[in-house]
Amino acid sequence: MSKARIDARFAALKAEGRAAFVPYVMAGDPDAAIAAKILAALPEAGADLIELGFPFSDPMAEGPPIQRSAQRALAAGMTLQGVLDMVRVFRERDQTTPIILMGYMNLVLHWGIEAFARDAAAAGIDGLIVVDCPPEEAEPLADALDAAGVSLIRLTTPTSDDKRLATIVRRTSGFVYYVSVAGVTGVKEADEKAVAPQVARVRAASGLPVAVGFGIRTPERAAAIARVADAVVVGSALVDEVAEAVEMNEDVTERVLSKVRSLAKAVRSARVGQLTS
Amino acid sequence: MNRPNDYSAYPDAKGRFGDYGGQYVPETLMPLVHDLDAAYAAAKADEGFQAELGGLLKHYVGRPSPLYFAERLTAHYGGAKIYLKREELNHTGSHKINNCIGQILLARRMGKTRIIAETGAGQHGVATATVCARFDLPCVVYMGAVDVERQKPNVFRMNLLGAEVRPVTSGSATLKDAMNEALRDWVTNVHDTYYLIGSAAGMHPYPVMVRDFQSVIGREVRDQILEAEGRLPDALVACVGGGSNAIGLFHPFLNDPEVKIFGVEAAGEGVETGRHAAAINGGRPGVLHGNLTYLLQDREGQITEAHSISAGLDYPGIGPEHSFLHDVGRAKYLTATDQEALDAFVLLSEKEGILPAIESAHALARLPEVVKEVGKDGIVVLNLSGRGDKDVATVAAHLGRQI
Ligand SMILES: Cc1ncc(COP(=O)(O)O)c(C=O)c1O
Repeated sequence: MSKARIDARFAALKAEGRAAFVPYVMAGDPDAAIAAKILAALPEAGADLIELGFPFSDPMAEGPPIQRSAQRALAAGMTLQGVLDMVRVFRERDQTTPIILMGYMNLVLHWGIEAFARDAAAAGIDGLIVVDCPPEEAEPLADALDAAGVSLIRLTTPTSDDKRLATIVRRTSGFVYYVSVAGVTGVKEADEKAVAPQVARVRAASGLPVAVGFGIRTPERAAAIARVADAVVVGSALVDEVAEAVEMNEDVTERVLSKVRSLAKAVRSARVGQLTS
Repeated sequence: MNRPNDYSAYPDAKGRFGDYGGQYVPETLMPLVHDLDAAYAAAKADEGFQAELGGLLKHYVGRPSPLYFAERLTAHYGGAKIYLKREELNHTGSHKINNCIGQILLARRMGKTRIIAETGAGQHGVATATVCARFDLPCVVYMGAVDVERQKPNVFRMNLLGAEVRPVTSGSATLKDAMNEALRDWVTNVHDTYYLIGSAAGMHPYPVMVRDFQSVIGREVRDQILEAEGRLPDALVACVGGGSNAIGLFHPFLNDPEVKIFGVEAAGEGVETGRHAAAINGGRPGVLHGNLTYLLQDREGQITEAHSISAGLDYPGIGPEHSFLHDVGRAKYLTATDQEALDAFVLLSEKEGILPAIESAHALARLPEVVKEVGKDGIVVLNLSGRGDKDVATVAAHLGRQI
């Protein structure tokens, strides 16, 4: 079921000859109602897959934009139950856009690993990224997600050598996420010349599509990465839109969606006139 | 859980003390923690490394530190003999330097050229800045903005030693946030940077490595008490923040069942008020900073703020080996409130002419119970982990005095 949604989406994109655009938004930022409205409108604005952050108090791999986003969401009362509810409502109207949850281990642990895998699948979640759960600690989680039919999405990084890569891609499905910079989210900038050979390596090791994220803020960067990767993830630049709209008292939904549209357009046009393999 | 026969068998190869510990870190850091694990194992087995470490501990730190019979404190409680392990006499004024010497030698062996650290009270920051000056390595210390305020003298000491102190304003702006920020720095500077963690906490191999470097405390106590009393003590007492001074004292005695072991957590305004830093007495197991251990958190698993008068104990977690020792019942974890620590601070100053660190004062505060538990002929060894000069402003403020 859920894995199928990710596979179907990448198969369709391959047929179209283009990369996926994957916006990352934080569940509950700036509040539950607006975040739900944004989520519902993302596919129409050009999202091919969606990464949905669930807020944690101590997100050790995030830079300031996503840290603050999580703090806004928590202050507005978002919970993990709230995140699942949000996805359930989204699924009433959209059965094709894959949703990948992204967050930290402690919340999943407290929910109960097996129960969470089941409840996530039932809500319509297709994949899970747990930033602080490397393969060494992930066996119980991988078992539970397998049983529930949810993909465990793995992160590979510039520090992953070939041996490490082989360990990482074991028991992964859907796609592999290549973290394009050594660093936290939203600080350094990804360089497509450095990224291209890495994407090829990860693709060869995993046999799966490769999404690139962690250093992409502008339509130009997104287009450049879209030429070499199977999917382009943009997160910090979108949560910055939320922050600025809140600060300027502007329409948060419209600001985020307009940014999503421009990024999606850049990704869609990136390979026009180019041979795709 | 059953009590093991041999505590030296922990952690296992995956860095687990029973259920606790592990390596819950972002993928970018995994190759680095594996490298560190291998480099530490090699250093540990290398006689040259051990000899250099031993030489520095003797001539630079001033070890062994005395084991001092606190006669007037003993008379005050009127029971068991109380010995103080004088870690406050070490160079830089606390036990933290033992670990820093070990790790800086390791960092050099690994060819790292930049050192980062987190600090709460500033003692670990000062100790790290000190070894960085001694070995000519650039040093960045992350410190919660709240702690920068309450430990100003230590901030200035770090600056004098050539370290850059970066105040951290995210989250609760205390030790846990400083650790988040140090981890973020490490993820960003993976090639040249060595993260010198200051307690027996965090991801494997830090808990075992820091324990090993601090175990010099317990090994010395063993020799010293055998010389002074001809037998092992009946009880050991130490304060527990992340747990490094405590595990350093405890570990060499874990396989001696006749030695009772007491850790003292910071109860802040009282465990029942919710404003405390007692991970075992007021928390539940969870994952933070790379390991599974007892943590202060809400029902959902969001980490909650710790509260303690002592910046060095103001941390929502505890090293994983302590969680294990608690579960198997080998050690007992008590608590002391801010007020009890203040009273103990004043008492030791007046009775023995020693200003204890406010952290160590938490251990002192539970002496009445420990002394009672071991009886009149008993022997108690308390780890005086640091000196209290850094805390005089805090203590004055709480006593309502101007300085
Ligand atoms: C003097 C002193 N004792 C104890 C601690 C607590 O750390 P640990 O529990 O790792 O010994 C600190 C921390 O800053 C300290 O400065």
